[in-house]
Amino acid sequence: MLNSTLLELSALLAAKKVSSVELTRACLERIGRLNRELNAFITFDEERAIAAARRADERRSKGGAGPLTGIPIAHKDIFCTTGLRTTCGSRMLENYTSPYDAHVVDELERAGMPLVGKCNMDEFAMGSSNESSYFGPARNPWNRDLVPGGSSGGSAAAVAARMVPVATGTDTGGSIRQPASFSGVSGIKPTYGVCSRYGMVAFASSLDQAGVLGKSAADLALVLSAMAGFDERDSTSLDRPKEDYARFLDNDIKGLRIGLPKQYFVDGVDPDVRARVEEAVRWYQSQGATRVEVDLPNAALGVPVYYVIAPAEASSNLSRFDGVRYGHRAKDYTDLVDLYCRTRAEGFGPEVKRRILIGTYVLSHGYYDAYYLQAQKVRRLIARDFTQAFERCDVLMGPVAPTTAFAVGARSGDPVQMYLGDVFTVPTSLAGLPCLSIPCGFDRKGLPVGLQLMGSYFSEASLLGIAHRYQQVTDWHLRVPTETPL
Amino acid sequence: MSLTPDDVRRLAHLARIDVAAGETDAVLEGLNRVLGLVEEIRRIDTKGIEPMSHAVDPHVPNGQRLRPDQAKEPDRRDAYQAVAPAVQEGLYLVPKVIE
Repeated sequence: MLNSTLLELSALLAAKKVSSVELTRACLERIGRLNRELNAFITFDEERAIAAARRADERRSKGGAGPLTGIPIAHKDIFCTTGLRTTCGSRMLENYTSPYDAHVVDELERAGMPLVGKCNMDEFAMGSSNESSYFGPARNPWNRDLVPGGSSGGSAAAVAARMVPVATGTDTGGSIRQPASFSGVSGIKPTYGVCSRYGMVAFASSLDQAGVLGKSAADLALVLSAMAGFDERDSTSLDRPKEDYARFLDNDIKGLRIGLPKQYFVDGVDPDVRARVEEAVRWYQSQGATRVEVDLPNAALGVPVYYVIAPAEASSNLSRFDGVRYGHRAKDYTDLVDLYCRTRAEGFGPEVKRRILIGTYVLSHGYYDAYYLQAQKVRRLIARDFTQAFERCDVLMGPVAPTTAFAVGARSGDPVQMYLGDVFTVPTSLAGLPCLSIPCGFDRKGLPVGLQLMGSYFSEASLLGIAHRYQQVTDWHLRVPTETPL
Repeated sequence: MSLTPDDVRRLAHLARIDVAAGETDAVLEGLNRVLGLVEEIRRIDTKGIEPMSHAVDPHVPNGQRLRPDQAKEPDRRDAYQAVAPAVQEGLYLVPKVIE
């Protein structure tokens, strides 16, 4: 049951072969057994989850169930939830319980999905390994000495270890796709503006986007259909009609034009990663797709541009944590400025402080034009490259990251080494494009490799269809990590 | 260009984050590593290119939506103040600012 897809679970629930309470208990039991070692959850609440499952069962017995009613879900601990603390992986919010729910949380609650808990993450979503979490790193279920990726590392580990069938995540520069790739699950970051950011703790507002991590593309389509949609409380939420993201799952891939960006197939890519990605592309070709090499001449500038824009926006967003209205407050202080300075020194970890200081610098007098404004201009050049590429192809494919999962501690000493691992995910984030990561095999050490699918604006349904066709003939996405057998 | 320990103290003050004297060197090194990484963008020719401030601004040419300036949210002051570190009679408490 724990390895079933959402459609299978939905059918079991509809046929009364299993109840939501039983399913939710099975998840909680597995969380209870595995979380000590995997640290995928910061908070979980059995009582609350079972109560929600009971409500879902009642709703079903009255005939009011939708396809997701009764299926348990976990949220990345960046989404505000009433009655369950929202830490954002930070000491600053260690004891914070939000007075309101995020829009995404509301929508999935309305769909009838019992919330089992809140997943571990890099502090304020700043990281690519889950190591910056104040609550310690989540571990990779394929090998506990390795990171699960980040920042949505807890969500990826929870889905990979089958602790929960699906989890939400957020992606600012790769924070859904990279952990999905490292942990062997599927993950989608929709077009910027598709999911409301209301109630999602802000990191870099022009980039932050909510999405889903699950076993298969078909699962992602179901959950995304429920959580996406216009919300007037987020000024960047796009006012578009509601979509059924599963509508193209059975589309034919004959004639599909696959673009391979030459900047994504370079020497720095691990040979196994490259081989698995090329094998997947060849499968698509065998089904009638064609391939074309495309050029994204400015893609290599993605990392430097991102590490100006994201810290700049973070330094502004995180100024709200002042020890006055919510969150941590230092015990001893002499005056108001001292209260701010000590509160923030104690409440934030080293990576968050580094990014706030970098952001403060690039926005400061005399440097704004040279760094921040210049980064915004180069951002447009990067976005234009994609627009031009999509004149010649329907989808771009490439690796999600240059390597598979690395060891805990291997990169935490050097920020630049960590940042360079984001080279294949930040360009599409800067452009605001929808992207997907799906498992496409393993490297020589038995670690999962992810295939990245990148589409033009609002092409989520097509991307999910392209991924689904591959998952109908492969079973990489159904492999259970050897260290966490069912 | 590289930052100096004085720059770190200035930025720390602007950002309202105490950086202990013993941490300055490590913080400085981290910041200089990152600035070395981003330096590359300064050499790119961007003459005539409009800054891109919104991730899908190619698709939303009129920019971000504005809403009418009307109060619509209910008054939830008590719920919001319940999570504050210190409040009294509906006010947030901070150290004395004006002598």
